[in-house]
Amino acid sequence: MTMPFYVAPEQVMKDRAEYAQKGIARGRSLVACVYADGILVVAENPSRSLHKVSEIYDRIAFAGVGKYNEFDQLRVAGVRHADTKGFAFSREDVDARSLANLYAQFLGQVFTHEMKPLEVEILVAELGVDGKSDQLYHIAYEGTITDEDRFAVLGGETETISDRVAEAYQDDWALDAALRATVAALAGPDRTLEPGDLEVAVLARAHGRRAFRRLAHDELAELLGGGRKSSPRGSRAAGPGTAGPASSGTTDSDGGPLRSE
Amino acid sequence: MGLPLFPPGEDPGPSFAALIRLSDPNRPVPAPTDANRGTVPAVAHGTTVVALRFADGVVMAGDRRATEGNIIAHRAMEKVFPADRHSAVAIAGAAGPAVEMVKLFQTQLEHYEKVEGVALSLEGKANQLGQMVREHLPMAMQGLVVVPLFCGFDLRTGEGRIFTYDVTGGHFEEADYAATGSGGRDARTTIKLGWQAELGRDDSIELAVRALYEAADEDSATGGPDLVRGIFPVVATVTAAGYQRLEEDEVAQSFTALVQRRSLGGGVGGGGS
Repeated sequence: MTMPFYVAPEQVMKDRAEYAQKGIARGRSLVACVYADGILVVAENPSRSLHKVSEIYDRIAFAGVGKYNEFDQLRVAGVRHADTKGFAFSREDVDARSLANLYAQFLGQVFTHEMKPLEVEILVAELGVDGKSDQLYHIAYEGTITDEDRFAVLGGETETISDRVAEAYQDDWALDAALRATVAALAGPDRTLEPGDLEVAVLARAHGRRAFRRLAHDELAELLGGGRKSSPRGSRAAGPGTAGPASSGTTDSDGGPLRSE
Repeated sequence: MGLPLFPPGEDPGPSFAALIRLSDPNRPVPAPTDANRGTVPAVAHGTTVVALRFADGVVMAGDRRATEGNIIAHRAMEKVFPADRHSAVAIAGAAGPAVEMVKLFQTQLEHYEKVEGVALSLEGKANQLGQMVREHLPMAMQGLVVVPLFCGFDLRTGEGRIFTYDVTGGHFEEADYAATGSGGRDARTTIKLGWQAELGRDDSIELAVRALYEAADEDSATGGPDLVRGIFPVVATVTAAGYQRLEEDEVAQSFTALVQRRSLGGGVGGGGS
């Protein structure tokens, strides 16, 4: 086989985009949405220890889908950036917008200049205080940045999930309602996600300085359970073992053995 | 600044101190040389802080006075800080570098917790603070001594623990109580006379308050309750529920009661409560 001397830039970009999209679509999706007291992030993730959602700073959370090692490296860089900035200046000077821009620059740089693009999609969420609104920055593998103020969906099959979330979305809804709707949107009509399949965290105004908190298994079961009793039992629950698309060993933390059921 | 990414060999890991050393190599203060050796002009010094164990955890308290030589530099300085959710740090010594050290320590604990996903053990936190005190040694040699006091609730053993430090960063675990700063000796004696195993929350707070009162009574650099301006020492507890600073009112009441008892007793000492 001979190496081609010239490949059109369009073709190079297209190939890279396709490669990255494929990698991201292999993993499971994630939804973040604004609710009455803060921001809710729900990820389909059976692992208890390899997190997709984490704390960056007082009011800033990070979430990633795709290749675990790649988005985790970005997460740590984000913590370092935020802590350094807060230490050098003041805690209130740390904002999500500048961090999201840095991520976008980095992802764009890697996408155009490196052999392999990063197979990740990330979200930087910032809780609004003092009259500022909550902000969700969605950054794609090639550095495209979009800001949302209601909800964001990351991962494969985002369109169908987005449609489901958009349909259920209500302004200023309570945490349990938002959680049930986002979990249902992630699951789709054919399966049910159990607390053991989910990683859920919130940025809540009531938590004081560090707004980030993970919802424990019990808490999750309780919040989800409230609605399940009243909802029509139209969909048969699929066993947790059969849930989700076939996962690839190289893509994030899917298929982890730490399932609790 | 760009995104702080490092090649594997240079990665600072979960250490915030190592991270800022990489981004600003001039940050550690240079050791004294013949050129820069000299007397440091008077800077504010913080004075007396105490910590004692009680049934649910630890009580920590510190007066509010900072002095520059024989001058009162600040009347409302704070010397007791939360280090993280389950620990507290109090400082005595040169106020500027001490507050800077606390800020670095707080950031370090939070940074570690976020990067690693779990908080350091209490022992690990105490060790970290020791390293920071040791790195400060060149400045201590120039007279800017910082001596912290560290305490916390150990989630593994379910009890409060107290650590004291010396200028070299050596740290020692104290059994039941500790005090440092210029009035530390008087404060320690007061606690020694009143301490019992399994003290209740209110009794231990009363004892900490009394210790600071006695220290202020004997040591000119330690500030007592300032009834005129309404400035009272900072008192905090660290228990399983976390760091909790007492409301100003509760501290004020405790001091007012103590002052009244003393006045009734003829204004002289005598441990009775």
